[in-house]
Amino acid sequence: MCLGIPGQIVEITDAERMVARAEISGVSREVNLACVAEGGLEALVGKWVLIHVGFAMAVIDEDEAAKTLAALEHLGEAQETLREIAEGEGARP
Amino acid sequence: MRFVEEFRDPALAKGLLARIDAAARAIGATKESPVRIMEICGGHTHAIFRYGLDRLVHEGIEFIHGPGCPVCVLPMARVDEAVEIAEQPGVIFTSFGDAMRVPGTRKSLLQAKADGADIRTVYSPLDALDLARENPEREVVFFGLGFETTTPSTALTIQQAAREGVGNFSVFCNHITVPPPIKALLDDPHMLLDGFVGPGHVSMVIGIHAYDFIARDYGKPIVVSGFEPTDLLQSVLMVLEQIRDGRAEVENQYGRVVPEHGNPVSLAAIADVYEERPSFAWRGLGEIDRSGLRVRAKYAAFDAEEKFGIGYGARRARDVEEPDGTACAQVMTGRIKPTGCPLFGTTCNPETPMGALMVSSEGACAAYYQYGGRREPEVVE
Ligand code: SF4
Repeated sequence: MCLGIPGQIVEITDAERMVARAEISGVSREVNLACVAEGGLEALVGKWVLIHVGFAMAVIDEDEAAKTLAALEHLGEAQETLREIAEGEGARP
Repeated sequence: MRFVEEFRDPALAKGLLARIDAAARAIGATKESPVRIMEICGGHTHAIFRYGLDRLVHEGIEFIHGPGCPVCVLPMARVDEAVEIAEQPGVIFTSFGDAMRVPGTRKSLLQAKADGADIRTVYSPLDALDLARENPEREVVFFGLGFETTTPSTALTIQQAAREGVGNFSVFCNHITVPPPIKALLDDPHMLLDGFVGPGHVSMVIGIHAYDFIARDYGKPIVVSGFEPTDLLQSVLMVLEQIRDGRAEVENQYGRVVPEHGNPVSLAAIADVYEERPSFAWRGLGEIDRSGLRVRAKYAAFDAEEKFGIGYGARRARDVEEPDGTACAQVMTGRIKPTGCPLFGTTCNPETPMGALMVSSEGACAAYYQYGGRREPEVVE
């Protein structure tokens, strides 16, 4: 819950709500960009962000994203988070 | 010279370990009289065990595991109240997966779910808000948990619910803040700490000045750290160098992610939606002044405590008594190691946790259980 996971912003899906689609280790998920939107939403497309429970919290560079993901994988946290993202979808009725 | 093969950069790790050795010797740290460094964040605790860092560093360095696992410090009474809300007819109760197995006095959320309550794990509070939109005839409650890293997410979700007028959504707020328990530990005369490794992702939100009091008022060093193994080694080195040089400062090892003043949008959302409670109970630590948050009156329509009349302090059942025989409080405050608890690994294990420290991978007992007994660091001389 406390560790963010890196993802890459693919496209803005709802500009009014500041929502984008991000790729997180091959899993696609909607994320909220409110906390990183200073420079405008479109400027974020293609960028890497650190995602906490569905919210992008910091823009990071690609190298940092790779390092963070490797550390999370070693801790087993990446797999856990990806499972939660997938299961979260399953929470739908 | 020792190094660990699976490190991304073994040469860097090796260099850091050598410098840690030198600094520890310069301070005169020994196994009998160690430098005691608390890593505050549960993510750091997990990483320290995963990489066996506690065994790789100079023997004169002792890691004390801090209270930074939000699931571990959640008082039992709050789990009971969560179960109580979840068992009300018409409620869909949503939670992060971590909280499902935390024991309550009657049952955990997982047991309540097995008994028929509609409890669902979600990845994000936004998923809970979606559920509320999709189920207008039901009351959807989100179990708001965690430190400053997750607090902005529930604050922003409540703001969104208010903007869109989603009337059947509320948050059961148990958010807590990092600085007050550190102050409480520093005020505890039994707690002898020489320095801190500060949380990375919490600091990304609150910035590094929230820790100024540690250096200024208590004369202790703190270094905000990333959670890669070389980040942690670097941070330990920076703490040791401060001690060696007689300095006490707030330093930022994780500047590539942590801005000095935090994240302004997150801080504004937190300030808009939440206010400090006069005090909040921490499992194992007791009541700590101004350490918890509650929903402000202007968002009362999204406050599960208001909606269900189950407010913090509204009932007497608030004591944080642990079940017989558990040593959670002593482990939580660093007085004993998890292996010193009589239930460790026998009655209490990750499948059937007796205490919350065994529930989450960020809890000290779970980390000891997972890596302590069997995992030796892959040391190459
Ligand atoms: S082993 Fe279990 S009961 Fe003992 S201190 Fe750890 S969590 Fe608490």
